[in-house]
Amino acid sequence: MDSKFLFYIVKRLLMALLTIVLVIAITFFVMHAIPASPFSSEKAKSDATIAALEAKYGFDKPVPVQFLNYLKNICQLDFGLSTAWVGSTVFDLIKGGFAYSAKIGFTAAVLAIVSGVFFGCIAALKRGGWIDKTVQVVTTALVSMPSFVVATILLLVFGLKLKWFPTLANMPGGLVLPILSLSMYPMAYITRLARSSMLDVLGQDYIRTARAKGLRNSKVIFKHALKNALSPVITYAGPMMAYILTGSMVVENIFSVPGLGRLFVNSMLRTDYMMIMGVTIFLAIMIILMNFISDILYKVVDPRIDLG
Amino acid sequence: MSDNMPKKNFLSFQLDPKLFEPATQEEKEQQVQMRESVSFMKDAMRRLYKNKLSMVCIIIIVVIMLIAFIAPSVYPYTYEAQDLSRKYLEPFEYSQKEQAAIDAGESVFPHLMGTDALGRDYAIRVIYGTRISLLVGIFAAAIVIVFGILYGSVSGYFGGKVDMIMMRIVDVIYALPDVLIIILLSVALKDAISKSSSELVMKLGAGMVSIFIVFGLLYWVGMARQVRGQILSIKEQEYVLASRAIGASPARIIRKHMIPNCISVIIITAALQIPSAIFTESFLSFLGLGVSMPMPSLGSLASDARTGLVSYPYLLLCPALSIFLIVLSFNLLGNGLRDAFDPKLRS
Amino acid sequence: MSLLEVKDLRTTFFTPAGEVKAVDGVSFNLDRGRVLGIVGESGSGKSVTAYSILQILSYPGRIVGGSVKLDGDELVGASDEKMRSIRGNKISIIFQDPMTSLTPVYTIGNQLMEAILLHTNRTKEQAKARAIEMLSLVGISEPERRIKQYPFELSGGMRQRAMIAMALACEPDILIADEPTTALDVTIQAQIIDLMLDLQKKLGMAIIMITHDLGVIAQICDEVIVMYGGRVVERGTAQEIFYRPRHEYTKGLLHSIPNIDSDQREKLIPIGGTPIDMLNMPAGCAFAPRCDRAMKICLKEHPKEYWVGKDHLSSCWRNVETGVEQGLIETDSEGNITKIDLERAVQEQ
Repeated sequence: MDSKFLFYIVKRLLMALLTIVLVIAITFFVMHAIPASPFSSEKAKSDATIAALEAKYGFDKPVPVQFLNYLKNICQLDFGLSTAWVGSTVFDLIKGGFAYSAKIGFTAAVLAIVSGVFFGCIAALKRGGWIDKTVQVVTTALVSMPSFVVATILLLVFGLKLKWFPTLANMPGGLVLPILSLSMYPMAYITRLARSSMLDVLGQDYIRTARAKGLRNSKVIFKHALKNALSPVITYAGPMMAYILTGSMVVENIFSVPGLGRLFVNSMLRTDYMMIMGVTIFLAIMIILMNFISDILYKVVDPRIDLG
Repeated sequence: MSDNMPKKNFLSFQLDPKLFEPATQEEKEQQVQMRESVSFMKDAMRRLYKNKLSMVCIIIIVVIMLIAFIAPSVYPYTYEAQDLSRKYLEPFEYSQKEQAAIDAGESVFPHLMGTDALGRDYAIRVIYGTRISLLVGIFAAAIVIVFGILYGSVSGYFGGKVDMIMMRIVDVIYALPDVLIIILLSVALKDAISKSSSELVMKLGAGMVSIFIVFGLLYWVGMARQVRGQILSIKEQEYVLASRAIGASPARIIRKHMIPNCISVIIITAALQIPSAIFTESFLSFLGLGVSMPMPSLGSLASDARTGLVSYPYLLLCPALSIFLIVLSFNLLGNGLRDAFDPKLRS
Repeated sequence: MSLLEVKDLRTTFFTPAGEVKAVDGVSFNLDRGRVLGIVGESGSGKSVTAYSILQILSYPGRIVGGSVKLDGDELVGASDEKMRSIRGNKISIIFQDPMTSLTPVYTIGNQLMEAILLHTNRTKEQAKARAIEMLSLVGISEPERRIKQYPFELSGGMRQRAMIAMALACEPDILIADEPTTALDVTIQAQIIDLMLDLQKKLGMAIIMITHDLGVIAQICDEVIVMYGGRVVERGTAQEIFYRPRHEYTKGLLHSIPNIDSDQREKLIPIGGTPIDMLNMPAGCAFAPRCDRAMKICLKEHPKEYWVGKDHLSSCWRNVETGVEQGLIETDSEGNITKIDLERAVQEQ
């Protein structure tokens, strides 16, 4: 691998790590800016009990020290103990929830990307035709609907009224509706992105050169056009990840999926600070990681971008 | 044969020899229609007017805004008034009590969207929810425009080290997941808000305040980037050099030359930012993290509609339709603006 | 029979704003090994003519009439398969801006070999060798290294050379060059033109050189056609066109270039008026509204092509007037030439 590229990867990695540390810091200090102790909101406890609990969870030390401890612990994958689900570590709970969320999220992402690129390219190739017009109308509509609306409508129509799919996640086939709900918006967005990018590429001079060389149309599109058109889609990967992770909070809520999103919402309602911090940081790391991967992929696809 | 070619041959063309006289300037100009040169702004506005879809969207948005801000003062129902005798009415349906009143000769204003589980008129609740969404959208747009332009133009104009540092900061902010931070902040502030002295702050709730704070801190970076990009390319243009040569100050150059040329980018970015802000607010409200009860938000209405979803689907569809209409109008308007201001980008 | 016979070619763009007749009845012949120049300003239809020959027009353009024959073989209406076997193989084209004309995400080698592998029976190894051979032929140093580079890593001149290499890799009969030097520095321009002359001698292909630069025409072309508003307004040998221009537009073009021999204080004479709006074409001669010597008939009727010298035709009403007046041309009642006194025509001018 070329050394300039390696340098680029390292640089991006450092940026990602810096951002992660920043997020951890922000999360930490925001949570600790709250005057109330994490325990005082629960059932009435005596001050002594609160003090003892705080000592147990390490909340009695000065804040900067707590921060460094926290940071140190994170590196060892110790996110602390949950106060709402007594007895479980934050990390274990996250791991359990992630298993579900990852399945749904990953499938939704792949579905969104593949069908998005597919429909977008077809619409661009058959520009002006009925396929193009339909695609434009449908995607414009889908992009104007928030995830919870789509999810609830799918729940109503396919789950409750038509009864094609179960509405609870742990039943067989129960993952279909959540996956569909999550993928709708990114699919529509990617379709539009791919379409306009493809149209842009098809008007470029090098496509004319490729045709002038005598290449057949399919080769021109799959070899020359596609690779160039993918760049904006790759750039969207990061924001899409963010959307899927936050969207999962709603979708898991609606379809009772025991995933990370639902965990997050519940820990909020129960003010479990360690959980809230842990999940926030975990989600943020996922997003930042995705941004990092998409930066690298982008460079692989398009060698032109500035390495500096 | 060659020298005494009579003029007759000319005529045998069946063409009038008079046609071989020189053409006058007017005759030449008649053949050519010159297009009047128009200023960029006027040209763009003209294209926008021609775009019927965009015009319809503008009308829809204005109508919705009027309803959202004016209707509550004239509407006969309030958003909190509960009356269990008239719960779960379908749109335009009357409860027994109300029907009796009508028969007795009283006039009862119809429930345009029915009532909810607690007998509250749904239409007015949806209208209030719409108002919140619009406020969020407008606030977001304002923040994004003001901060984004300021930051972006300073960064782009001064370039060099200043630009590099400013853009690094933007990169980091851009990478921060805004929804997570909003949620975090709202949890953190919940306590502080409930003890706050300001009534407005209390009414809005921790969720809304957090949303506004985070918008102010994070949302404008996209716009800043765009503006900076435009400024960087404008900076190289010669008229900027000319301005500097005659001693114009940076503020003046930015204000008079650069920003007007960024207008298209600014308007388009802002128009497309509004739906995103509205989504965020309704999303958080759906989860229960936005406005606090009993102030309705389109998101919380949709969430509450889940109980009894099969029997009373209108409880979901009304707020859903409202969000859909607002966001759709802004999206289409954004597209129309883009086509009008930069037809090269037209797909 | 000529190598390439274009007869009354018509290409129209069906845009939302109206129909644009980009090519409106263009005819010319090209013989083996000859260099034909097509001169005209932007919008004259010269590039569209070339694209129509190869049928690589972009949406919403379409050939609406006429014929293009390669060695007697009709191309208009031919199947896509047939056209593909001709493109890059029998007829190649190089474009104006080599930066945007080469796919940015693939290496030069990849793009060169693509053309070679497509049209010939070589193996990958042989194709690579041929690619390297072509790169050195066009004067690129260290071809083995260049082959692995991307277009953005080469300079403008080198990119254009690479394009030429790609176009000639399959030894086409005709090379169409669409403004090949316009995007390059003047010194590089000269190099590229020399290269093309050199290659023409070595490989013997015919060249169609499309340009608005009269200097390039003078350097390399045997015959020239001048286009304006989608039509051919004058055609002849390079000598004839340069020294005895017979159409007002051509005369205007020649007068507007600075002359190294002229007095420093002599003003350049530009062509007046504004360039034509292809959506609003005038009824008669396309150039009439800008022409100093326009007559009333010029605005009403489109002139046919008239002989004005040896192998020299011009499409201008003034030529008819002059020819008939001088007794050099006899026409019948429809304006068709029935007799020409060529020898006298050549001497008189």
